[in-house]
This record gives sequence, C-alpha cells and structure tokens, in this order.
Amino acid sequence: MTSGAEKVVIVGAGPAGIRAAEMLVSAGVKPVVIDEGMKAGGQIYRRPPDGFTRSPRELYGTEADKAVALHMLFDRMVADGLVDYYPQSSVLACANPSLYALTPSGRREFGYDRLILATGATDRLAPVPGWQSPGVYSLGATQIALKAQGVALGQRIVLAGSGPLLTLVATQLLKAGAEIAAVLDTSSFWTQMAGLPGMLARPGLVLRGLLMRAKLGRLYHPGVKNMGIDADERGPVSIRWQDAHGAMRASECDMVGIGWHLRAETQLASLAGCQFDYDTGWAQWLPRTDRMGRAAEGVYLAGDGLRILGADGAEVAGRIAANACLSDMGLAAPDSSADLRRLARYERFARGMARAFPWPADMVRKTPDDTVVCRCEGITAGQLRDGVDFGGGEANRVKSLVRVGMGRCQGRYCQLAGAELIAAKAGISVFDAGRLREQAPVRPAPIGAWVRDA
Amino acid sequence: MKPHPRTGRIVRLSETARPRVHFHLDGSPCEALLGDTVLTAILSSSDRLRQSEFGPERRAGFCLMGACQDCWIWQVDGGRLRACSTLVTDGMRLLTEAPAGWPL
Ligand code: FES
Repeated sequence: MTSGAEKVVIVGAGPAGIRAAEMLVSAGVKPVVIDEGMKAGGQIYRRPPDGFTRSPRELYGTEADKAVALHMLFDRMVADGLVDYYPQSSVLACANPSLYALTPSGRREFGYDRLILATGATDRLAPVPGWQSPGVYSLGATQIALKAQGVALGQRIVLAGSGPLLTLVATQLLKAGAEIAAVLDTSSFWTQMAGLPGMLARPGLVLRGLLMRAKLGRLYHPGVKNMGIDADERGPVSIRWQDAHGAMRASECDMVGIGWHLRAETQLASLAGCQFDYDTGWAQWLPRTDRMGRAAEGVYLAGDGLRILGADGAEVAGRIAANACLSDMGLAAPDSSADLRRLARYERFARGMARAFPWPADMVRKTPDDTVVCRCEGITAGQLRDGVDFGGGEANRVKSLVRVGMGRCQGRYCQLAGAELIAAKAGISVFDAGRLREQAPVRPAPIGAWVRDA
Repeated sequence: MKPHPRTGRIVRLSETARPRVHFHLDGSPCEALLGDTVLTAILSSSDRLRQSEFGPERRAGFCLMGACQDCWIWQVDGGRLRACSTLVTDGMRLLTEAPAGWPL
C-alpha cells in the first residue's frame, strides 16, 4: 500500500490536512499526520471530548454535514490503518528533513521527504486597554468554550473587534442561552459596503451573514472607536466605547471576547524555509507559494496557514497541495483545474471580507502609552515607542530591545500590533518595519520531556 | 448589575449531565464534570488560573487553543500542564502558584 521510500508528513488535521491526507491515501501513499487536537477536525470543526451529547447540527449549524463528512473520513482512514496519526502532538521545531515534536509519550523526531503544512490560523489581535485582565479572551476562545465544552466564559458578555467570527460567535452564544451586553464592530457601515462587491462571489454566505446580523438586532454596533476595558482584580466590570456618532458609551460586563479576523499560523512554514510577502489586503505577512501551494523544495502549504479562505477554501487547498506533492513524487494526481477555479472564487470572497472587516490600523497606531501590547510580559505601547526612539524602526531590533514578540506566545498576539506601532513611531510603512524572524521552539518545550527521554 | 460571579467565572449552558470528577485546587477539594478541560474545571469554581509573572493581574487563559501559553499551571508533584488542552481527571492536585521551593 505504501509507495516506495518517500515519506510524507502532514502537520494539522483540520479541513486542509484531512483532505490532503485523503488525496495521498487514494494514491496509495500512507502519510504521517501530526495534530495538536485531541480529535481531528481543526478549530472550526473541533469536536468535544467523549461523553458530550449535542448533535452536529447544534455544534456546527448549517455546516454540520461538512463537519461530519470530514470527521468520518479521517476516523475511517485511521481505523483502516491508512494514515499514521499522532494526535495531541505539537511540532516544536523543523530542521530539514526532520520535525521535532512533543507527543503524549514524550518527544519524537519525524523524518520526512515531503512536508505538507496545514497549520491553520489563530485570532488576529489588537491591543485594547485592559485586555490583560483575566476574563478577556479571544473570539476564537469564546467559540471553543461554547462548542467543545458547552460553557460561556462569563455571565454578561461583550464581543468586540471585527470579522466574520464576531457575528457568528454572538449568534451562537445567544442561541445557547448566554447573555450578551453588546457586539462592538470597529468596521463602519460604509467600510463594510466597500467589501460587498468582492463578497458577492459567494452570495449564499453573504445572505447567511446578513440573517445572523439581523438576529443580533440592537446589540450590534458598527463603526465603534476608542474602546477601553475597565477591570478590577477579578476581571472586567465594563467596557467603554465611542459609537459611530461620536458619543461615549459603556456596557457592563464580566467577560470580553476580542478579535479582528484571523492571522495565518506560519511559524513552521518559516522554519521550513518558506519566503514571505506582505499582503496589504489581509494586512499580514503570508508565505509565498505557487498556485498549487509549493513553497520550498518538498514543502507544501494549504489552508488558513497559507491564505485566510476559511474552512471550504481549506478543504480545496488541502487537495491541491496533496496533488502537487503527488505529481512531484512522480505519481498520478487528479486534475486540479476545477479546484483551482473554486479556490479563485473563494479568494475573491475572502478578499472582499478582509476589506469589509479590516485590521484596525488607526486604532492600533493611537494605542495609549500605558496600554499593554504584549500580554505575555506586560510590555506597554510606551515602552515599545521608546525602543523605536533608541534603536530605530526595525521589528527584530525593537524585539531584542524591549522583548515584544519574545514572550511565551512567540509574538502570535502582539506581532502585528507591534509592527504597526513601530511603523507609526518611525514614520515608515508596516512593510518596512519588517517581519519577526521565527525561533524554535514554536511552542514552549518542557525541559523535563527532553531530559527524561534523552 | 452583578457583573462578577461570586466564585466561578464560567457559566455552563449545556452538557451538564456528565459524571462528576473530583480534584484539588490549592489544597481545597473541587468538583468538575468528566470531559472538562482543566481550564473549564478550575474556572467553574475559581475566577483565575494563575498569577501573572510580569504584571499585577491574575490570568485565566486567553486563546483556548494551545497558542498563547497563558494557561500553564502547576501540579503538586512539580509537573506543569497547559490547562486549555488537558482534560481534568479524578484526583488531580492542581496549584495556581509554583510549589514551594521550586526554582522558577
Ligand atoms: S489558553 Fe492559550 S494556550 Fe491555553
């Protein structure tokens, strides 16, 4: 069943990783699949642990059939011994041609000839005064708590930021019986209209979004500015904000969920030798690949870790990357032209969405000096600006001076805002501030695991 | 006008018929449900997971997907675990601060 000597490793078992595995398996290749989740599915189709009883319809709504199809497909491949599956395993480092991972039974090295990275995305965060308080979470976290645990992270919730997740999480929470005080969107009505033409590449999704928005009624506020979270030692007590007409308002709450769309998770891609380009539409650095997802010799990318196209786009991109891999191995691969057309349509939609719900560059540039930018180590916007005065406007240099991007999250949640602040202070573009170089380990490595197994 | 739950932070909205699990938090007995992550388990009886090392505030996790590393806590035996991606088990002895005498 396995083909020759070439070993293919897939990192990530979300929609992209699962579809990539499927293509390889149907060509007779048995891939290794390494995933951090307890069960395959990724974030958007994340499954609760055993013993939970809500139906797929309750968990995934209109997307239930897609979620179930992916889960069943992957479980069947594992049961039939067609993939070599390592759940709950974190890849910490990549040094061609090996990955170094921490599995439940200790550290492990995975050699590979070809590597498909389907590492997904995390929330894209911007600093809001007070966001270091306990009880402030990402929007993704808010959704995971509901989906995978059946809980709300507070009694009275405010959701803030922008992007498709904002409206989606709000409607899911309301439906589940949580109390929402306000939904604050930093994108204005007119900015959202500007993204509409592109989004009409997928009219069904636009309609679904508008229906969800309608369910939020007067809880939803577009064009919000100047937010600040007031907290005591136990967490948020209220959030202050300025409405689209300029009036200052406040909403009492004990939990705030924030996020501005998504940020591609690219750290392994960088360690595997990929090049990056700054994408102004998505306002972030994204890996450079050809149409098929080829990024470097024997390295392929797919899913939100390459382009933020969402779950449907990830399934298609996973198939395409696996086809590229197969044809580079000299094996017959199905024709990808229909998938490539589909992907182009998804990208038009996604770029429209990125325009409608943009990164809040102005808000970030005006972050007050005493606001924490790095949640990990409590570094403020003022300290970051001082670092620019002292060392100039290059992101890696500022990082070594003030440690923004060096904490335990490895810059995942401060890097984009940090670059924006550096650029503003130095009077340069975000692009010229540069991109933080990745360092292994991309997750903290408990030293015990290394010592024990060494 | 009662923004703060008196004890726990989270509100259980569904799936409450699961079997109970018993664990210790800072020496006190606590109860959770089978299938809870350690984060869910702790935050159903407390409002934080740990003290921040770099600021005055407490911490209660942030991303819930293993990316921010905000939720690493201690066990009595000195081991650490990531609360958002570890399931609670019967008899766990968890700490919100490092065990006494631990170098860091
Ligand atoms: S809450 Fe972010 S890693 Fe656990």
